[in-house]
Amino acid sequence: MTEPLLRVRDLKTYFVTERGGGTARAVDGVSFDVHPGETLGIVGESGCGKTVTSLSILRLIPEPPGHILSGSLIEFEGRNLLTLRPPELRAIRGNEVAMIFQEPMTSLNPVFTVGDQIAEAAIVHQRLPRKRARARAIEMLRLVGIPDPEERVDHYPHQLSGGMSQRVMIAMALVCHPKLLIADEPTTALDVTIQAQILELLDRLQAELGMAVLLITHDLGIVAGTSDRVVVMYAGQVVETAATPELFAHPLHPYTEGLMAAVPRIDTRVSQVRGRLHTIPGQVPAASAWPAGCRFHPRCPYAWDRCTVEEPPLLDAGRGEPGSHAVRCWLLTEPRRRTRQA
Amino acid sequence: MNVRAWLALLGAIAVALAAVGEARRLAARGSRGRRFFRHATASGGLFVLAFFTTVAVAAPLVAPYPPSSMPEIVALRDAPPSLAHPLGTDLYSRDVWSRLVYGARVSLGIGALAMLVALTVGAAAGAVAGYARRWVDPVLMRLVDVGLSIPRIFVLLMAVALWERLPVSALVLVIGLTGWFGTSRLVRAEVLSLREREFVAAARALGARPARIILRHVLPNVAAPLIVSAALGIGSVMLLEASLSFLGIGVPSPVPSWGNMIADGKDQLATAPWTSLFPGLAIAVVVMALTAVGDALRDALDPGRETA
Ligand SMILES: Nc1ncnc2c1ncn2[C@@H]1O[C@H](COP(=O)(O)OP(=O)(O)O)[C@@H](O)[C@H]1O
Ligand SMILES: [Mg+2]
Repeated sequence: MTEPLLRVRDLKTYFVTERGGGTARAVDGVSFDVHPGETLGIVGESGCGKTVTSLSILRLIPEPPGHILSGSLIEFEGRNLLTLRPPELRAIRGNEVAMIFQEPMTSLNPVFTVGDQIAEAAIVHQRLPRKRARARAIEMLRLVGIPDPEERVDHYPHQLSGGMSQRVMIAMALVCHPKLLIADEPTTALDVTIQAQILELLDRLQAELGMAVLLITHDLGIVAGTSDRVVVMYAGQVVETAATPELFAHPLHPYTEGLMAAVPRIDTRVSQVRGRLHTIPGQVPAASAWPAGCRFHPRCPYAWDRCTVEEPPLLDAGRGEPGSHAVRCWLLTEPRRRTRQA
Repeated sequence: MNVRAWLALLGAIAVALAAVGEARRLAARGSRGRRFFRHATASGGLFVLAFFTTVAVAAPLVAPYPPSSMPEIVALRDAPPSLAHPLGTDLYSRDVWSRLVYGARVSLGIGALAMLVALTVGAAAGAVAGYARRWVDPVLMRLVDVGLSIPRIFVLLMAVALWERLPVSALVLVIGLTGWFGTSRLVRAEVLSLREREFVAAARALGARPARIILRHVLPNVAAPLIVSAALGIGSVMLLEASLSFLGIGVPSPVPSWGNMIADGKDQLATAPWTSLFPGLAIAVVVMALTAVGDALRDALDPGRETA
């Protein structure tokens, strides 16, 4: 396999909160690789630490209250981003690694035109002169499929729809042709038809520009059509990782199973879609109070006494290449317990 | 007063009316402009400001006499308003209207420039405090607390004591440098909430430097409240200048300012009230106009009403 573009090892990002009881271990020992040109999906319910993971990569965590623990490693093209000095880090942000956020409407500055915002990264990193910046913005608008780019370039964010705003955000992020795009729930705020269009656009741009994408979502259904590999996160940890076809064919972690049951299929009737939120009982606990033992055990249909006291490590599922499918679950050592105890 | 001066006065009124008309025409295009002129007093306020600005700029044309000329120190002393001297003369036989016209330069100029100084320093201090936080914020804000708790007039008296005769430029600086504390608090509060907004995170993710984030991404969002506070602040600076000049420590005679004109007339208030009355009226009218425009701006620029 090729050298990874991004290597994350044992990433721990904690928040020290004065009120509300101690340290929130939002990200607690996460490891994964992103290879050049591939799409890695990170999936998990809200509150599992996905956003904190993505912000940690570009060191955008507000400090205080947050901090990344020493011993964590975030390596981009062989350079440890955690030890870079601020100017070196800024040279990477927006230039080699770009990011798009969940809320396109609030991620655009209300007092600037679309063109000014799109050109910003090019002005910062390539010192593009004003006139050329405008031409570049128009070119980017065309690339992300916005009609009438010559006119749209002078519009203000409040004149755009949600889907249009997200296209503008994508244009902003891609203006310097980054090698890695981190997309944190890029379609969550949009309605379903627009969602599909944005995902299609990301897919096309990825092929055209040859970049890698770290796609973060709470929806396994989105990952299925777009990602090469998937990392499933729960309670600040990786609980399962595998190539996408393998994961969907042989989900091993009960949490993954639960997420999968929640994905609406084409043949699912509306009533079942409505009920999907209840598929995994309970909810993600607060990051300051992860359960002891396996963090998923209070919600797990298979949990037994071992799960309540002993935290499972990431175990190799022994399928395919070594390490290609790993699961943080004791069931792997006692597969016969995989029967529901009502 | 000669024909040229009368024509110039009419011209100034015409210019001011034209300016208000043009502003109304431009404003009708956007929702902000329409909200601005929905205030009944906005047009009047704008007219007053445009009129005095025109008069100040074209002072040599508008004023029938040089502001300090004393043609007949005995015969024309404290003459009541007449055709030759529409607002009368003062105790040195100087024409009150001419002094009012040149005084507009000084009073409006000091008001605007001192406000500019205060605004710049206040915006810079507030933005740095709000964005940097850590130790910078508490240090700057304690400084502001101190600044707000020292009576301004006391600082100004000290400056006068040190300089003896304070040049007008120094007066502007001293007024400006003692007037930024409130502005910095306002800007800091705005920046504190703006820095948590997603578009600031997006700017950081783009690789922009902190200085660029403050100047380009954050401060333009503070422009609206700043403009409003500036409009209201100029009025208070003008009042301060008037009090200082009245106390004899502001703009030095014979340069006319509205404040020292009131002071010059204070002993003849019973016998020649026009010497103090007209500059006093001018101050009152301009301050009211600034307040009216400031209030209208506050409504017009309030982003919460964007859809109205
Ligand atoms: N600034 C912060 N201060 C304190 N806790 C935080 C902060 N940001 C995130 N967290 C906590 O970290 C956990 C993970 O959050 P997040 O990464 O946003 O989850 P996700 O993106 O998967 O929904 C949550 O429990 C959240 O409360
Ligand atoms: Mg999130």
